[in-house]
Amino acid sequence: MGSYYLKRIISAIITILLIATLTFTMMHSIPGGPFTRERPVPDEILKSLNEKYNLDAPLYVQYFDYMKGLVTFDLGPSYSKIGTTVNDLLVAGFPTSAKIGLMASLLIVILGIPVGIISALKQNKPIDYFVMFMATLGVTVPSFVIATLIIYVFAGKLGWIPSFGLSTPLGYIGPVIALTGYSLSFVARLTRSSMLEVLRQDYIRTARANGLKEFSVIGKHAVKNALIPVVTYIGPMIAAILTGSFVVEKIFAVPGMGRYYVESVTNRDYTTIMGMTVFYAAFYIIMVLFVDIAYGFIDPRIRLGKE
Amino acid sequence: MKRFLSLLLVLVMMTSLLAACGAKDPEPTTPVAETPVDETPAPTEEPAETTPQVLLWNVGADPKTIDPTLNGASDGGDVINQTFEALTREKSGIVYPGIAESWEVSEDGLTITFNLRESNWSDGTPLTAHDFVYTWKRGMDPATASEYSWIWEYTNVVGAADAAFGEGSLDDVGVAALDDYTLEVKLNNPTDYILSLLSFYHFMPVKQSAVESAADGAWAKDPALAVSNGPFVLTSYTIGQGLVLEKNPEYWNAENVMLDKIDAVFIDEESTAYQAFQSGELQFIPSVPTAEVPRLIAEDPQFYVFPLLGTYYYNFNMKLELWADPLVRKAINMAIDRELICDTLGAGQVPAAGFVPPGFPDAEGNDFFETAGTYGLATDDSKIEEAQALLAEAGFPNGEGFPEFTIMYNTSEGHQMVAEIIQEMLKTNLGLNASLENQEWAVFQDTRKVGDYELARGGWLTDFMDPSGLLSIFTTGNAYNDPKFENAEYDRLLSLSSQTRGAEHFEALYAAQDILMTELPIVPVYHYSDTMLVSDVVVGWDRSVLGTVDFSGASIVE
Repeated sequence: MGSYYLKRIISAIITILLIATLTFTMMHSIPGGPFTRERPVPDEILKSLNEKYNLDAPLYVQYFDYMKGLVTFDLGPSYSKIGTTVNDLLVAGFPTSAKIGLMASLLIVILGIPVGIISALKQNKPIDYFVMFMATLGVTVPSFVIATLIIYVFAGKLGWIPSFGLSTPLGYIGPVIALTGYSLSFVARLTRSSMLEVLRQDYIRTARANGLKEFSVIGKHAVKNALIPVVTYIGPMIAAILTGSFVVEKIFAVPGMGRYYVESVTNRDYTTIMGMTVFYAAFYIIMVLFVDIAYGFIDPRIRLGKE
Repeated sequence: MKRFLSLLLVLVMMTSLLAACGAKDPEPTTPVAETPVDETPAPTEEPAETTPQVLLWNVGADPKTIDPTLNGASDGGDVINQTFEALTREKSGIVYPGIAESWEVSEDGLTITFNLRESNWSDGTPLTAHDFVYTWKRGMDPATASEYSWIWEYTNVVGAADAAFGEGSLDDVGVAALDDYTLEVKLNNPTDYILSLLSFYHFMPVKQSAVESAADGAWAKDPALAVSNGPFVLTSYTIGQGLVLEKNPEYWNAENVMLDKIDAVFIDEESTAYQAFQSGELQFIPSVPTAEVPRLIAEDPQFYVFPLLGTYYYNFNMKLELWADPLVRKAINMAIDRELICDTLGAGQVPAAGFVPPGFPDAEGNDFFETAGTYGLATDDSKIEEAQALLAEAGFPNGEGFPEFTIMYNTSEGHQMVAEIIQEMLKTNLGLNASLENQEWAVFQDTRKVGDYELARGGWLTDFMDPSGLLSIFTTGNAYNDPKFENAEYDRLLSLSSQTRGAEHFEALYAAQDILMTELPIVPVYHYSDTMLVSDVVVGWDRSVLGTVDFSGASIVE
């Protein structure tokens, strides 16, 4: 068991280093730089700027400098918020994104899975049609539409929630719903189809034939197995949702970290791009590891490190 | 099921853990929650006296920096203009005394002596002429790497441009504190616009001990370290969310500052800010969704449109044989209905038949733009036949035989709209075939700079009150001369304009624009406009002609 985790951790570190290297190479190979302006700065000034931020050093030197920083968790200065480090941006943005993300994740799990199960048990009944209709809508309508609608109706027309920010608890409602939409629908659909498949299995028939109570058949045997694909999806989903959404944070003016993914690329803010990518990658890998551990609990056929 | 519940439990625990982490964070939300608007006592004899004056303002984006010397962006400039004050303060084109109480210009116009008032920094210490010398030299110093240090070239201050470009010593710069309250500035050439130029944020004083308390301008965003000298001081700053400014009791003119507090947010999503304005959560927003503009212009007196000192244009790549014939360039310039483009954009843009926008008074006080006229071009569709004749004269009747070319712009809805209209006009009016190509913003900057294009979008905003700030970009070898225009007489006239003042100065500039509009290395399209939406409860606010907002005299009326 121990050696399994050691292996996983080593491969995770190598993966993160590879991702960092790849991002670094890609970022530096596209034209422009952090000081590219609509009105370009004169060459002499550009030179002093590059000198100051060590961007005039050969690329491999910059690469090793960056990697050295990365190992010590120093993600370097942000070029688009001077005087602020990428660490500062993460410390300021991640808790906010994660708070909204966790609420959304909880909502997805608490609502999505039961709804999917009920829908499967009532297959081809009105409730199933209704759930599937809503789920299809949720998967297809993009989050910016949901977000804009929420602001227009609930902030504008009804005045129930603030138009922006998280200054009151009510401010969380809009971002959480907008963030939930797609994944909630997806989880509900996934649970339903997986559940339907499990219900057709021989062991369910056997369980029923053995005279187990229906509640026990569903709760103990069916749901547990039906959840495997759902858990596989939820792990990485949590990583994605907790690290913020560009669209939702921009529309609701939430001071999270989601916006930096897009902004930093436009600004050629090399260090921020790297920091965000590495952070997300690390989080993602951890969540995938959690999923693998969770398999062991749900599915008796999977016992990690005992093969 | 139990396993599932335990997973759920882990999730719940993580939420509460994070919520707890968040609670330790000193910054979030408290400033907004504490807004003491509700403390108004029940109607008594003294109403207005006790209500704190709070302005709810959207800055736009989270500024890159609010250190005056390092800043190079308008959002940062808007904040800095509230927290700092330069030698002069310019509002709506009028220069008022700021930290300088008065000034004398020598006979030859080469020495300006500023008499500073006795004023204090927000920490209570005196602000002296030495602070200006420190700040300005810091700005020029290549080690500071201020993005805006190139502006020193346009101040004409002796030795300043050389120092900024790393070709001279800071010791040779013609700026000196004669005593604590007298600042002497020596110029290479008489420069009439310098008094308004010096009101610009780059020239606002910073305190050495504050600057040195944190690297790279971080001090300016930290309420504990920030020291300033303007009408307001920073009391809170939350990355990505907003900032709070409060009235600075040490400001020399504090008795005329009405606002107690400015609650500012960073919302770059226009539709959200607009919604918040509608529901009263914001009172001053710098931009609105494009789709709302025509309606707002028509019916909302709270919507303001100002001219912005800049021009939107297209560059001909003059290095190409394609554009060698001036007749072709002129025909293209005449075939474009600029009024239609401005009507389509609909945000108060002014059709451009020259390069210098409205807003620059010449030596006689007449507007440069008005006096210059349209150079035989039209702002509407009245010259299309003439354009067709010119193209025929050039050997391409109805565009026959003219090779297809590419119109290039950086990816954006607005730029695309203009490019499509121009493509269509050239096709319909002249029979010229053009394809469109857009590139990601930074890639486009590169493409244009190396001259890898045929017809490419350009835009230029100036930073000081003189047409030379615009016209000088087309001099030979200028870094922003994207069309690679070369004309010896044009260069001579601009150099002459920088050495002269008054009528002679403007004569040279008029003559220079004559050459530009005869040679036509560009297709001017429109002059920019600046819009803002301001609640009618906010009065007394102002803005500089360069577009920086000014709340030093603003107040809230109920």
